Amino acid sequence: MITGNHAAAMAAAMAGRANRSGRGFCSGVYPITPSTECMEFLCLQDIEKGHVVKVESEHSAMAVCVGASAAGARTFTTTGGNGLIYMSENVTVAAYLRLPVVMVVGNRAIGPPWNIWTDHSDSLTLRDSGWVQIYCWNNQEVFDAVLMAFRIAEDHRTLLPVMVCQEGFVLSHTMTLTEIAYQAQVDKFLPPLQLPHRLATTPRALGTFDTSHMIEAHREQHHAAMGMVWSAYREAQADFERIFGRHPPDPVVTYRTDDAQLALVSMGTIAETANQVVDDLRGRGLKVGSIRVCMFRPFPFDALKQAFAGIPRIAVIDRDISLGFGGALWGEARGLAEPGAIVQNFVTGLGGGDVRPEHIEEMVTEALGLTTSGPPVFIGVGE
Amino acid sequence: MKGSESPHYRRLLRPGNTNCGGCGMSVAFQMFRRSIGETNIQLVIPACCAAVAAGGFPYNAYEAPVLLSTFASAASTASGMAQVARLNGENTRVVCWAGDGGTYDIGLASLSGAAERNEDILFVCYDNEIYGNTGGQRSSATPVGAGASNIIKGKLEPKKDIMGIMAAHGIPYAATISLANPDDSKRKFERALREKGFRFLLILAPCPTGWKSDPSKTVELVRLAVRSGLYPVIEIENGRRWIINIEPDFSRADLERYLSLQRRFKKSEIRPDDMRRAIDLLWEKLRALAGCIT
Repeated sequence: MITGNHAAAMAAAMAGRANRSGRGFCSGVYPITPSTECMEFLCLQDIEKGHVVKVESEHSAMAVCVGASAAGARTFTTTGGNGLIYMSENVTVAAYLRLPVVMVVGNRAIGPPWNIWTDHSDSLTLRDSGWVQIYCWNNQEVFDAVLMAFRIAEDHRTLLPVMVCQEGFVLSHTMTLTEIAYQAQVDKFLPPLQLPHRLATTPRALGTFDTSHMIEAHREQHHAAMGMVWSAYREAQADFERIFGRHPPDPVVTYRTDDAQLALVSMGTIAETANQVVDDLRGRGLKVGSIRVCMFRPFPFDALKQAFAGIPRIAVIDRDISLGFGGALWGEARGLAEPGAIVQNFVTGLGGGDVRPEHIEEMVTEALGLTTSGPPVFIGVGE
Repeated sequence: MKGSESPHYRRLLRPGNTNCGGCGMSVAFQMFRRSIGETNIQLVIPACCAAVAAGGFPYNAYEAPVLLSTFASAASTASGMAQVARLNGENTRVVCWAGDGGTYDIGLASLSGAAERNEDILFVCYDNEIYGNTGGQRSSATPVGAGASNIIKGKLEPKKDIMGIMAAHGIPYAATISLANPDDSKRKFERALREKGFRFLLILAPCPTGWKSDPSKTVELVRLAVRSGLYPVIEIENGRRWIINIEPDFSRADLERYLSLQRRFKKSEIRPDDMRRAIDLLWEKLRALAGCIT
């Protein structure tokens, strides 16, 4: 029985140890609710050829990871909410220098007003930062996703940093039965990191000035690397299953959508509630299904389009809000529905607001009554 | 030459880089590379003229591995690199090379953090007393009376005491480097490269473009700043033992010539006599520190 924070830290420590025959493990960390216990746990681990630097800010925490990764070490950090926003300048550096840093984000509302509870607005603000983003729905997935993250980050086809997102408190502080791994298994799954552009003794510069045509080429390469994530992820899934006996989720997971007249689309823990509601409503004769988006970057266009095929009504649930627009997930997913389908956005659960089955039933009722899709609807405000 | 110069670092900063003629930072680089010997170094350069000097991708004006960090992050980025070198038993010396903005201002928090942790880093600040890269705005290193592109007349506030700040961290070694005193400087660069833990070097680096001085007068300006007592040449061991390396003559003529060789003090009309009191107080303090605390 462990929390999401401890699951993340255990996976990071094991991944760190697995690089002992490589250039070791080095992490920069700084506390912030709800990620603190992840960094605390990591600091107390005994990691052979590993070191955790306790810095003075999140901005510096990521800078340590950037330096350590450039020097060829495996690196990890964790933060959330305003910590992630404060860190954001160096978050982009890790991506643009193509360094395979792994970070667990304990999703937290961005203040002010100050609030320590969860929503996805922090990591979604950084959706354009060039990182791969994975959203988890339970502690087992957090543990597994951290190991998967190192694998796809360090793949030479990708070389991209990976954000593993877990909702603060809902996962970070809730203890559930979680299967961990043996070090020997992790050693097998994660071979030593070989960073092709690591700084050693060759006079090489990382991060020099780019003229317009060069930065265009670099962005195009970076975008192409994002496109390589699918095959890297698929292969890692197969290896993971062979070594650990569990199958990490596909980028998009569908639940009872085959004959669905309405699909609920969500990320993270809300999908667990949505699936429960699907079972209940199906028991009452309503043909509904649920679709969980596990990977937000790269965005799973093909898988989501396939999941939407033949479904006339889609309710996209966002635990975030792009103010003046609507939910970020809705914004990206709505274009993938069947022509003529009604795609309605529901914004809910901000700042840790409870998302209960009756809220999701309310969305289903509302979406089934629509003749055309409207602007985003807030559900459960002030409850 | 053999034994004192590694073939790697014959030209740490290669010719053809973008620095202006008479750039104090360029001179500092040439001095520094003479002290490197056979040591492997890695550079971390935050946003500043030295970052621009690296050149555009895929070129690199430096004959050493270099990471161009974000403005505020030189010391923390270097911390990661130095820790990995240590974990792998390598004697690589990680060197931050930052301007005054990246040291006194935006970089101060990460600099303080790395110094407090006593990371195995050499942090070099070339201090041209302005944001040179962006066209000469004031920084907290700009001295009283100096003009800047965002000040109407001249700066009213005194320069921040960065050496005092670094000494207060109790780091193993801190020193100021004079471009006009190469022997003293070479000794300090060598010692700073040799010592373990956090080391800090401050270099007064005239910027002909920003100071509106003649490029040929860069070293002369430093000589005058040293002789007049404006720029103390000192070293500090473990934050406790202060040593005065060069005794100024405090001459009014040197100060006058220092002001006359550059146009940045023109608008404020600051005179040597206006600066005398501050110099006296500075040296009173330095002598107390150098005399009483050992």
